Amino acid sequence: MSFSLNRGTWKRHLLLLASSFAMMYPVFWWIGASLKTNAEMGSPSLFPGAPQWRNYIDGWTAIPSYSFTHFYMSTFELVFGVVLLSLVSCSLVAFGFARLDFPLKKIWFGLVLVTLMLPSQVTLVPQYVMFNAFGWVNTYLPFWAPSSLGVGVGGSFFIFLLVQFIRGIPRELDESAKIDGCSYFGIYWRIVLPLTKPALVTVGIYAFLWNWDDFFGHLIYINSVDKYTIQLALRLFMDTQSAMEWGQMLAMSLLSVVPAIIIFLLAQRHFVEGIAATGIKG
Amino acid sequence: MSAQHNSALPAGSKRRSLRSRLRERWESPLAGYLFISPWLIGFLVLTLWPMILSVYYSFTDYSLLEAPNWVGAKNYSLIFTNDTVFAQSLKITLLFVVLSVPLKLVSALLVAMLLNKEMKGMATYRLFIYFPSLIGTSIAVAILWKNMFGADGIVNRIIGFFGIKGVNWINDPDTALSTLVILVVWQFGSSMVIFLAGLKQISRDLYEASSVDGASKIKQFFSITLPMLSPILLFNVVLQTINSFQMFTQAFVITQGGPVNSTYMYALYLYDRAFGRLQMGYASSLAWILLLIIGAATALIFLSSRYWVFYEHERKGKA
Repeated sequence: MSFSLNRGTWKRHLLLLASSFAMMYPVFWWIGASLKTNAEMGSPSLFPGAPQWRNYIDGWTAIPSYSFTHFYMSTFELVFGVVLLSLVSCSLVAFGFARLDFPLKKIWFGLVLVTLMLPSQVTLVPQYVMFNAFGWVNTYLPFWAPSSLGVGVGGSFFIFLLVQFIRGIPRELDESAKIDGCSYFGIYWRIVLPLTKPALVTVGIYAFLWNWDDFFGHLIYINSVDKYTIQLALRLFMDTQSAMEWGQMLAMSLLSVVPAIIIFLLAQRHFVEGIAATGIKG
Repeated sequence: MSAQHNSALPAGSKRRSLRSRLRERWESPLAGYLFISPWLIGFLVLTLWPMILSVYYSFTDYSLLEAPNWVGAKNYSLIFTNDTVFAQSLKITLLFVVLSVPLKLVSALLVAMLLNKEMKGMATYRLFIYFPSLIGTSIAVAILWKNMFGADGIVNRIIGFFGIKGVNWINDPDTALSTLVILVVWQFGSSMVIFLAGLKQISRDLYEASSVDGASKIKQFFSITLPMLSPILLFNVVLQTINSFQMFTQAFVITQGGPVNSTYMYALYLYDRAFGRLQMGYASSLAWILLLIIGAATALIFLSSRYWVFYEHERKGKA
């Protein structure tokens, strides 16, 4: 290790330390507060007097008749469905745009980019009316069906990202596979898809995080507690508490972000590169 | 999938080559449309058709329970002449956009510049600073914020420590909006990462040359960093503006639009009209007005960009 820090570097370290502290203080405080009693809640100290592990145990079952286990299972069901369907549909579509020639391709691809920027409010009402007519309200189909068609949460972004990535894969590979008698689907499945793995991981991460965090969609389409996702359950928790059990609430909300944190730490490199490439959310 | 082996065989007769040429000509378009068909169906059925319907609904009194009746431009004229809540929510949303976007981007740029150096520990700093953005829009963060900015919350304790009298952040109409702005600014991570990627693209030579000429750090920032980064700045401004106009979750959970409608964001109002009062027609009109406002704001940013965005290749072209 070298300690040859000149003055400029020192200053930079100091500023970065200060920024990191400012950014992370609420998070550290949150962790501490999830173990505090209500009386301690206003204390800026990061550490609880006596850790209240009960907050986690009681919070887990605080909502009558359903424990958080149930809400986690529901959320995983919804989110994994979306992730899987998005990966299949978006990679197929992206292969079409990146590798095949067909009339009006430029227009369609332009429309993919336009929908990237389209505020969801414009399609909100008619989509709801449509799904309501299908009897899909209070099921997860309003999330799965759009994802299977590449137009779910983040769909256009995923298609765009995958197209950009597939364009970078040398075409010679396709050509030689074609000469060997490989069909287009074979090229997609056996040549392009394995090489697209890094981009698919990125898409999977985003699809997971955005759908895990999604609140508006869940709020509109899911209305019975037995189908509630984590986000809805937390809101219910907050609204139904007459005497705010802040410790329990902070404990449960902290747990709700753990899956996102785990995924982020496991795939940090993909993640940051992905944002840098396009940076559509946040 | 099909018997494509034929095309790989040497073309024996003219007829076969014609046939294979024909196949070549049709195969790719057909396959192309097959591959994009999920998106195409999704776009037509779940985006384009709803947009057309939405225009139609906006001229009706549709209520979800009863069939829509054509009412002409009544919704629009009501919104513009007789809806004070619309005016209020639009005002609040614009204020929110104007406050949060610059604050967020300035923070993002400053920190990105700090991070733009090969130094030990950078990855850790970046992780910490990005972290709040990771847990961004979830209800969990809203609960945290509600607690921290409560009357007895730690924010008041901390500023009290410095001798500043605490305020009831969330329940005071003067401060509720700033509570939300602070939350959004705290999550500048993704803008920061984009800035950082842009900063890494700027050639070191430019800085070295100007150092030789005796330019100060501040001069360098305004004459090198900012111009070179301006296309990325434009991208971030557009992106954040569009996002901010649609702010919903945090306002819905932390302040519920209150107190006295001081955080009643446009998207919140639209939601209440559509799903609170089931006025689908009215809500559709609101949605189209929002789209036009966002479109106008974006257009304005792009139009102004010719005065402040600097493209390197253009300069080279003119020189």
